[in-house]
Amino acid sequence: MQLRRREFIQLTAAATAVTAFGGLGLDLSEAQAGAQLLKLRQGKETTTICCYCGTGCGLIVSTDEKTNRAINIEGDPDHPINEGSLCAKGAALFQLAENDRRVTQPLYRAPGSDRWEPKSWEWMITEIAKRVKATRDATFVKTNAKGQPVNRCDGIASVGSAAMDNEECWIYQTMLRCLGLTFIEHQARICHSSTVPALAESFGRGAMTNHIIDIKNSDCILVMGGNSAETHPITFHWVMKAIDNGATLIHVDPRFTRTSSKAHIYAPLRSGTDIAFLGGMIKYILDNNLYFKEYVVNYTNASFIVSKDFSFKDGLFSGFDEANRKYDKKSWAFELDENGVPKRDMTLSDPRCVFQLLKEHYKRYDLKTVSSVTGTPEEKLLEVYKAYTTTGKPDKSGTILYAMGWTQHTVGVQNIRTMAIVQLLLGNIGMAGGGVNALRGESNVQGSTDHALLFHIIPGYLPTPRANQGELAEYLKAITPVSKDPKSLNWKQNQPKYLASLLKAMYKEADLETAYKWLPKLDEGQNASWLVLFDQMLKGQFKGFFAWGMNPAASGANAHKTRQALAKLDWMVNVNIFENETGSFWMGPGMNPKEIKTEVFFLPCAVSVEKEGSITNTGRWMQWRYAGPKPAGATKPDGDIIYELFLKIRELYQKEGGVMPEPILGLNVADWGDGHTFDPHKTAKLINGYYLKDTVVKTPDGKEETVKAGTQVPSFLFLKDDGSTCSGNWLYCGSYTAKGNMAARRDKTQTPEQEKVGLFPNWAWCWPVNRRVLYNRASVDLTGKPYQPQKPVLAWDAAGKKWTIDVVDGGGDPGTKHPFIMQVHGLGALFGPGLNDGPFPEHYEPMECPIAEHPFSKQLNNPTALIFAGEEKHRAVCDPRYPFVCTTIRVTEHWQTGLMTRWQPWLIEAQPQIFCEMSEELAKLKGIQNGDKVIVENPRGQLWAIAIVTKRLKPMKVMGNTLHLVALPWHYGWVWPQNGGESANVLSPSVGDPNTGIPETKAFMVNVRKA
Amino acid sequence: MSGKAFFVDLTKCTACRGCQVACKQWNKLPAEQTQNWGSYQNPKDLSATTYKVVHMKEIADAKGNLAVWAFFPEQCRHCIEPPCKLTADAYDNTAIVHDPQTGAVFFTEKTKALPDFNEIREACPYNIPRQHPETKVMAKCTMCLDRVQNGLLPACVQVCPTGTMNFGDYDAMLAMAKKRLAEVQKRYPEATLGDADSVRVIYLYPVDPKKIHQYAVASLDLPLLDRRALLARLTPFHRPTV
Repeated sequence: MQLRRREFIQLTAAATAVTAFGGLGLDLSEAQAGAQLLKLRQGKETTTICCYCGTGCGLIVSTDEKTNRAINIEGDPDHPINEGSLCAKGAALFQLAENDRRVTQPLYRAPGSDRWEPKSWEWMITEIAKRVKATRDATFVKTNAKGQPVNRCDGIASVGSAAMDNEECWIYQTMLRCLGLTFIEHQARICHSSTVPALAESFGRGAMTNHIIDIKNSDCILVMGGNSAETHPITFHWVMKAIDNGATLIHVDPRFTRTSSKAHIYAPLRSGTDIAFLGGMIKYILDNNLYFKEYVVNYTNASFIVSKDFSFKDGLFSGFDEANRKYDKKSWAFELDENGVPKRDMTLSDPRCVFQLLKEHYKRYDLKTVSSVTGTPEEKLLEVYKAYTTTGKPDKSGTILYAMGWTQHTVGVQNIRTMAIVQLLLGNIGMAGGGVNALRGESNVQGSTDHALLFHIIPGYLPTPRANQGELAEYLKAITPVSKDPKSLNWKQNQPKYLASLLKAMYKEADLETAYKWLPKLDEGQNASWLVLFDQMLKGQFKGFFAWGMNPAASGANAHKTRQALAKLDWMVNVNIFENETGSFWMGPGMNPKEIKTEVFFLPCAVSVEKEGSITNTGRWMQWRYAGPKPAGATKPDGDIIYELFLKIRELYQKEGGVMPEPILGLNVADWGDGHTFDPHKTAKLINGYYLKDTVVKTPDGKEETVKAGTQVPSFLFLKDDGSTCSGNWLYCGSYTAKGNMAARRDKTQTPEQEKVGLFPNWAWCWPVNRRVLYNRASVDLTGKPYQPQKPVLAWDAAGKKWTIDVVDGGGDPGTKHPFIMQVHGLGALFGPGLNDGPFPEHYEPMECPIAEHPFSKQLNNPTALIFAGEEKHRAVCDPRYPFVCTTIRVTEHWQTGLMTRWQPWLIEAQPQIFCEMSEELAKLKGIQNGDKVIVENPRGQLWAIAIVTKRLKPMKVMGNTLHLVALPWHYGWVWPQNGGESANVLSPSVGDPNTGIPETKAFMVNVRKA
Repeated sequence: MSGKAFFVDLTKCTACRGCQVACKQWNKLPAEQTQNWGSYQNPKDLSATTYKVVHMKEIADAKGNLAVWAFFPEQCRHCIEPPCKLTADAYDNTAIVHDPQTGAVFFTEKTKALPDFNEIREACPYNIPRQHPETKVMAKCTMCLDRVQNGLLPACVQVCPTGTMNFGDYDAMLAMAKKRLAEVQKRYPEATLGDADSVRVIYLYPVDPKKIHQYAVASLDLPLLDRRALLARLTPFHRPTV
């Protein structure tokens, strides 16, 4: 009920009880109320989704229609994820838009100059286009050293951006690939790149399995490798509901954080020892028969027989090639029967079956050994193991919420794999309240990953073509896996349809073979990931560079290396909201502007509430945002900047010709806008895809029907491999159909069963095909009966012969198809033979570690980790000068490099400066008092921080020695605020995971002393 | 009891500080210049431009180890019999008003004309009132009266993700508080409600409130006298003793 002021006064006048109060001076409070509410009432109301972490909270923006500026931004009470609530960052969103320190006109920095000059958009776009063309023409490589056609531009690289909308990401990567770029990277590489192969290897898809609301359905929530209460605060909206329903919350972390403050069990561990901790849990499950046997037998590859040649000895799997630091994975293969189907032992007793190999592998992970390595007391290990493994009961589910604490390690992929194994053993995948839930940290990093702003994939997780796949047919063969098992849907066999539709979305008029030839090709085995990109930049490979919606000078590991690399460029385009450490690197600490030749073009962009488009949250919900205020000053939406830039480049090629102009002139930009302004709706329709020819399709009732060319394709089931459909990203096919913009839906209607688990199938849209819980087919038995009847996500309606509640993962009657449809063999992978560092996770120390040996094997570090020659001397391994483990951390009040939070007065008020968290014991040892300024240093750099001396950190006993850990938030940088401090990444090492190259920014060595 | 109340369940607070910022956002209050002082908490204290501060305190057990990291979003309690108003009424009974519908205690612009701010501050058993150094207007939480009168939740309640901040009719909030207290006593044996019968902001403290904050529950200590005495000891040559 809403009372208007007039009604309120009438009511109070009629009531007699009011005399109990003072009751005077109401005129004043009324005036106050009126003035405030004017703000809400007079404004135009638009809905938006928060631009910070990946939770996907809804907000309402009120905009003054006269000034076109925001007047109030607050949580949207109707939004099902946050129900009106927000964290400190979301609550401060107003100050992101309404901020005097935003850059509101384009700025140019000439070579050797020590200042910015304001310039017009026209001048900037023209000059950038000229440089792009000149560099591309000069560095274009038609054939590689082997003579294979590659058609790529090797002189320009790009990073960015998960801060852009889906439609912007898609046109951005299309522009880059059309120009021939292959060094295309962004935030996802350095935040969750390890999640994708870990989950894809285990379950088939690389995304968070469940969704935010589903946390409430859990019986046990493990937060490990993360600090959800601080990094994804609205997850605790649902964690608290789970706790109210009796769930147990466990936090395992080197530090007692705001997450631990609400946990029933807190267990400390040394940063970088998660595989040991979880390996111990696997052993505990197997030793005590706590696994969900029916699930393990039917739904995982536990029963598969592994090749006779497979072995594991002293930290190394079979097939290791020491010289090249990589494995030949042949010996990790499964044995196939005469029909080509994997051999299985359903009794799980064959000594070479996966289940027995798993037992054998983890028998070394006993409590005592694990405790000595992790520093976790044995009784704490047991307490966690006992509590979590109760979810192995069929009707119980446990979930894991994790983030950078697992991903940013040289064993990042295998950290996540270890938990995937735990979850498969306990039967927690596919269940309400279960899953492996990668909490993604940028509002659209799921979408920017789906749209492949990464070197190794093209949209929809298709692999980037390689030089040895010069012909379309060769590529199609490589992306069409074959399964002879009739129960395996082997969904990836459809990939040729998705590639053909993507090529047509890019090059509508070209035939498929030609369009494929225009795609740039990487060399075989070439790694163009983040750390390699900056290493090559330092070596002078690139003349041009886009840092679009990214701040790599603060966000990348080994920041000084990154900053020195930027000085090797001829030109850089930096698109951002605020001045930052990347765009302004030439005037940063230790830099002499006179000596730096890099030209910098700074293009100021609109903020999220000033433009329209969709973003995809961590739970794969694609949600539409609307424009409230107009772009401030001369700022522009990223989409307009990309569109204008590409049109200008195309104009230059039209006028002047140049190297291989065909893809540029042939690109389908008609679907991007009206020739001047970018159109997110048109682009969203292209990403969904439409029919290019009149096509006969079968309707669900078996009839045939002709669909006209130009009609939106209703789902990826209808995409074709013959070039008769286009779709910019098959995963998003179904998001913008003849029924309209599905991402904009705000219908909370649910069936009672859906309501029980909080599915909200009519709110926004979710890939794939609006399926809310991935692998839900594993939540029912072979007869289609839910294992958790009290909270089912899927059920078979035998009478109606159909699946109900969620959209079933796969098709067919119960028991006829395996549940993990994206896997060739259709089953969850306990044994994962596709990864670069082994089919089972194994404990290795971080590349910089405090101990010279560990009890699991003689192999100290990951033998396949990504390293760079010559950098060993900058690493501190067991070096008494750098005796403390350091980890980079996050706080609620800031986000990423701080670029979008350091400028908000309300947030910088709450967390004003970089700090160094340390135990009372370490502070005493080093003579440091709480609040002192301290110096943190290692061979790569040095910074100051304010000491927070706390009981929340304690020294650990590791292999008999006392070990200290310190923690630094990485949200600060030298540009702003003046006394905020430097990026913690000046200390972190440029070493990476062997599968994805994610840097190890979570565990390295430092010294700390009083300043 | 008629009117409105908050129930603040500190067993659920994660100190995300959504409330601290949402209060500033709705009221468009400026930020203060702060420095890290060896704590996550900032600002250190309430002020005329900070109506709500989330205090963070590490509480040790007998052995000196961390027992609880306590979070306390501090705000005006909107007393049922507000002593600040009783005091101010002696000068001008429209300077501090008491909203009949909600029970909100509201500092008006007229507070700048009250003769002695310290008198008002000392009247408050929770040490809440603050005075703007330039305008001399006294300020504190308004219960978001403007929102509440229009059927909206106070900004700090709507923003709260965890269920810590609740708002509604006084009786309903008190009942909720008592029910919740019974639920949490097993996990938090020291749990208690703060002055539930005399205020409209009912805190559920997981541990002894005195361990969390000096003025968590009504205190007979006179804050300003304490402070003046302390100041006097620190700077004997600059200030006259009281």
